Amino acid sequence: MRLVNDKLFRERPDGAVRLIGGYCAGCERVHFPQGDTCPYCSLSECTESELGPRATLWLFTSVLRPPPGYRGQVPFGFGIVELEQGLRVVTRLTEPDLAKLHRGMTMKLVISPLHTAEDGERVTTYAFAPEPTV
Amino acid sequence: MSVEVSIAGVGMHPFGRFDDKSVVDLGVHALRQALEDAGIERGGFQAAYCGTVYSGVAAGHKVLTAMGMTGMPIVNVEAGCASGAAALDLGVGAIRSGRYDTVLVFGMEKMPRGIIRSSFFEPWREEAGLAVTPAYFALRAQRLMLESGVTRRMLAEVSVKNHANGVHNPDAMFRKQFTVEQVLDSKMVCDPLTLFMLCSPNEGAAAIVLRRGASGTTIAASALRSHLPGSVLGEHTPLAGLIDDTAPPPTTLAATAAFEEAGIGPEDIHVCEVQDTDSARELNSYEELGLCGAGEAGAFFASGHTQMTGRLPVNPSGGLLSKGEPLGASGLGQVIELHRHLRGEAGPRQVQGAKVGLAHTVGRGANASVVILKQ
Ligand SMILES: [Zn+2]
Repeated sequence: MRLVNDKLFRERPDGAVRLIGGYCAGCERVHFPQGDTCPYCSLSECTESELGPRATLWLFTSVLRPPPGYRGQVPFGFGIVELEQGLRVVTRLTEPDLAKLHRGMTMKLVISPLHTAEDGERVTTYAFAPEPTV
Repeated sequence: MSVEVSIAGVGMHPFGRFDDKSVVDLGVHALRQALEDAGIERGGFQAAYCGTVYSGVAAGHKVLTAMGMTGMPIVNVEAGCASGAAALDLGVGAIRSGRYDTVLVFGMEKMPRGIIRSSFFEPWREEAGLAVTPAYFALRAQRLMLESGVTRRMLAEVSVKNHANGVHNPDAMFRKQFTVEQVLDSKMVCDPLTLFMLCSPNEGAAAIVLRRGASGTTIAASALRSHLPGSVLGEHTPLAGLIDDTAPPPTTLAATAAFEEAGIGPEDIHVCEVQDTDSARELNSYEELGLCGAGEAGAFFASGHTQMTGRLPVNPSGGLLSKGEPLGASGLGQVIELHRHLRGEAGPRQVQGAKVGLAHTVGRGANASVVILKQ
């Protein structure tokens, strides 16, 4: 199994999933994906900051046709979620049916299959899934 | 008072698809017209600035080589959707600085067909399905629906308005009128945007000769800005998951600078050409340019102000929705459209009595440009 980008997210040994963001001590803000330099204040001493797993759905749509360079299934959900740490990120959503999504609903970070490469290797990415209501 | 800069001549190659012409052919066509309109020949300009994105190395040089008009500085400029306006901005600045008296600014493009694979996106974003330009547009449209009183029907009505205007523009690619129902019923691209709410990338060229002095149409202001960190729904969103949407968008930065330079405000504008890559983008521009207040785009559009019969017609050319968008040429095409209105030469789509016009582009980078013209 291959992660679409191993600098973006990780699955901990206990199965918990986190995004890998950056934290800047200069302006006390987090960013994603992690960079050495803070995109807000340009200080170059950012440290890693794990983000997620909970978020609130902000905006969403459904992608119906495969975009360039994409070999996975369509349709798939696409949107912006607000992480519990306050940061908004653009993300894939596991739910493509817009009737099942609504603004403000709680979402959870998951690892989601993307496609299977020619050599048979499964490629996965991070995505947000609606949190089942108890 | 700074040095005045005016438009001495303009030329256009219509926007569309032209399989039998190279991008150089398109550029030569526009340049010849502009030089003839300005009444100048070889040696009549001291520098040339060319805006283009997909034309490859030294594209502007190739056009001037084909015309036997090289020797002067030729600079090729890439600033996404604002590339043509960026060329204009450099030309205006060069004259204002006193360095040149007459410069040639032009832009041309032959956009790739089909879904454009942009090197703007990193490979992992493509693989993960996040390189979906219309999906970003759709999210922006949804935000307008949530925060600015915009309805699905209004998104269709913007397209209807611009296509109705485009019928009268011989340089436009799609000269066909649609009904609201036809727009709503066209193929769903990314909810809420349907096919007829999105512009097509295409081909075309535009050229303008700029000259020192105030005669005819003058460039009252030219401003080019990039994005500040933040504004999550800006065109730059794919670059990083930036969070802060309290930062003003690049369009607002450019508009503020342009209004200050021109010494006027949005209420003084008679006609506008704004970036309508999709219907929502035009409505967004109303707010970002200050034509109406934040959260008022829906009400402002519904009032009819931006229709041809309103007090501030927007996109009388038919906009990019009718013309299509050849990146390097689109911004200059807007300026040429306004120049025609200010001279009373826009024919059946003439905005009566227009003396002050505003042209706006925004796109990848993010880059935004605002040009204000006065007669
Ligand atoms: Zn910082």
